[in-house]
Amino acid sequence: MNLQVRAGEMVGLLGHNGCGKSTFMRIVATLLKASAGDCFVYGSNVKTEGDAVRHHVGFFSHVPGLYDDLSARENLAFAATMLGFPEADIDAALERVGLTHVTNERVRGFSAGMQRRLSLARLILQRPRLLLLDEPYNNLDVAGIALMNGFIRELNAAGGAAVVVLHDLVPAQGVIDRTVTIKEGRVVVPTADDLRHDGASPQAITLPAGAAGIS
Amino acid sequence: MAFRDDVRRIRAIVWKDLTTERRSKAGFNSVASLGVTILVLFGFALGPDAQALRDAAAGALWLAVLFAGVLAFNRSYQVELDGGALEALLLYPGARWAIFAGKLIANLIFVTAMLVIVVAVGIVLFQVRVPEQWPTLLGIMMLGVVGIVALGTFYAAMSSRSRAREVLLPLLLYPMLIPVLLASMEATKAFLNGDLLNASGAWVQMLSLFDVIFLVATFLAFEYVIEV
Amino acid sequence: MSPAPASSFAPPKPTPVWLGWLTFAFFIFTQIYAVVTSPADAMMGHLQKMMYVHVPAAWVTFAAFGVVLVASLFFLWKDDERADLLAASAAEVGSMFCGLTLVLGMLWGRPTWGVWWSWDARLTSTLVLFLIFVGYLALRSFVEDPHRRGQWSAAVGILGAINVPIVWMSVKWWRTLHQIQSNPRGLSPEYLRGLLLNVAAFTLLTVWFIWKRYEAARLERAAEHASQAAALGGYNG
Repeated sequence: MNLQVRAGEMVGLLGHNGCGKSTFMRIVATLLKASAGDCFVYGSNVKTEGDAVRHHVGFFSHVPGLYDDLSARENLAFAATMLGFPEADIDAALERVGLTHVTNERVRGFSAGMQRRLSLARLILQRPRLLLLDEPYNNLDVAGIALMNGFIRELNAAGGAAVVVLHDLVPAQGVIDRTVTIKEGRVVVPTADDLRHDGASPQAITLPAGAAGIS
Repeated sequence: MAFRDDVRRIRAIVWKDLTTERRSKAGFNSVASLGVTILVLFGFALGPDAQALRDAAAGALWLAVLFAGVLAFNRSYQVELDGGALEALLLYPGARWAIFAGKLIANLIFVTAMLVIVVAVGIVLFQVRVPEQWPTLLGIMMLGVVGIVALGTFYAAMSSRSRAREVLLPLLLYPMLIPVLLASMEATKAFLNGDLLNASGAWVQMLSLFDVIFLVATFLAFEYVIEV
Repeated sequence: MSPAPASSFAPPKPTPVWLGWLTFAFFIFTQIYAVVTSPADAMMGHLQKMMYVHVPAAWVTFAAFGVVLVASLFFLWKDDERADLLAASAAEVGSMFCGLTLVLGMLWGRPTWGVWWSWDARLTSTLVLFLIFVGYLALRSFVEDPHRRGQWSAAVGILGAINVPIVWMSVKWWRTLHQIQSNPRGLSPEYLRGLLLNVAAFTLLTVWFIWKRYEAARLERAAEHASQAAALGGYNG
């Protein structure tokens, strides 16, 4: 598998359930280690320079990654400090995702869609240079989808790249630049175990770097 | 610069862990009650003779703290596992040891608070004569707590994410804690017996050494444990 | 980039079995030799002969856990799965010998000291070592993901190995404060030769056990990889 993503580009990943899309995203996000193949994010090796990669990558995954017993505001304040932006404008981010009315309420009572919006607010605080979205439109209503697309467009315009796992192209229309289909047998993104152990076919995955990318 | 960021991260994790813990009050209350209950059970096992109780007090106190504390360690990761927060935590930039340091400090505060309750009740139940230098005693006990919490926080990072975590944590942790517990119990016992800093001093030195060794080892190994 | 993963997952060629038989024959020989050549001990009588199993077993126990420590460190350093499998094999064999050491120690302690168990430093730290590696093996059986299992058990193995001398030290201290300690006397030469021969035989036997266990573990992993490749619809690089 060889995938290059240029700055300012949004690439959609398509493929069957279980073909390894999510695993691929987790490898790029440094959550999983692949022992075969190399992956670079803005010139940093995912395997050996995890910390540098994490400075660039924003990952929007299946799980909200929020603390139920903290309020929306507290969750974002925690995230901002952890991201290294303790003075980030939390209220602006909350306003943008339309959660001002529940700023001080605990996440425990939030609906799935509200939790997704709060996770999006975290990405807005971070403004990552490489956005990884794993089925980002799940649980989002029309307004939420528009919010998400607006944010992606904004990042792309600022030179950031995005890779998005999709099972439905419709909500991504207008923001997606090209798609890559991952299929068993051929252009396979190997499963975690393959990436770790199967050295027969070294994989090269390069995310924004070199050629047209920024370094 | 980067170090200042990490210190801020540590503070944020401590605050987050203690806040979530405080808001689900049931957590601390039930763990502390369990500690007290264990003390009562030890009382039945060892009493009612006052001298026998007094002799065994140090051991019983430490075991009560340990048995109740073990529940706290798994809990401290439970909060990360609900809703996939651990994944988000690992995605933040910064040193991994900062995560460990944050959890360690939060657990230290939690277990110390519990220890104060358990010791207070234990002094009454086991008819212990409170020594005049009780702040020193508290200091000795803090050293023991550091060892227990360092190893507990470390092993819970694994056990909480495995099958059979209820049994795995004590199985891994208790044998590892033998030196720390032995030194803590002996130091406490010597101190309570009025021996003050003679026999107890040697144990305190040893305990400090163990703390340093285990802190260094767990800090170094944590990265390998948390990121998979 | 990655350390030759392809070769590490090809099923290894099995070591010929006759090597094992040879090792076993040597072991039988050294046992018989030691029992026949050693005179009855003045104090312990023929009970002393237990030493020819107990002492070598204790030695290989600690040697096996030395292998666990080194292989675990190597695994964390190089991320080579073979080191993890070697550590696991050594831990299994080591725990077996550790259990044997403990049981023999108790069987010997009963007629000698009059008690099955004494809380002395050596006995106690051997027991703690056993418990630590029971935990190590339990952890391995409770974690499915091979990579995670490798990293976690390496950490547990390394910390466990650090802990054993610390336990030994603290128990020794504890005992000296509480008195009583029986010291073993020096060993006369007619016992020593048999003992050394048996130490050599046990070492060879342990190497053989660990190696065979390691080969089996690699075969298991190779089979897992093969079935995974098949599940991926014939995808094989």
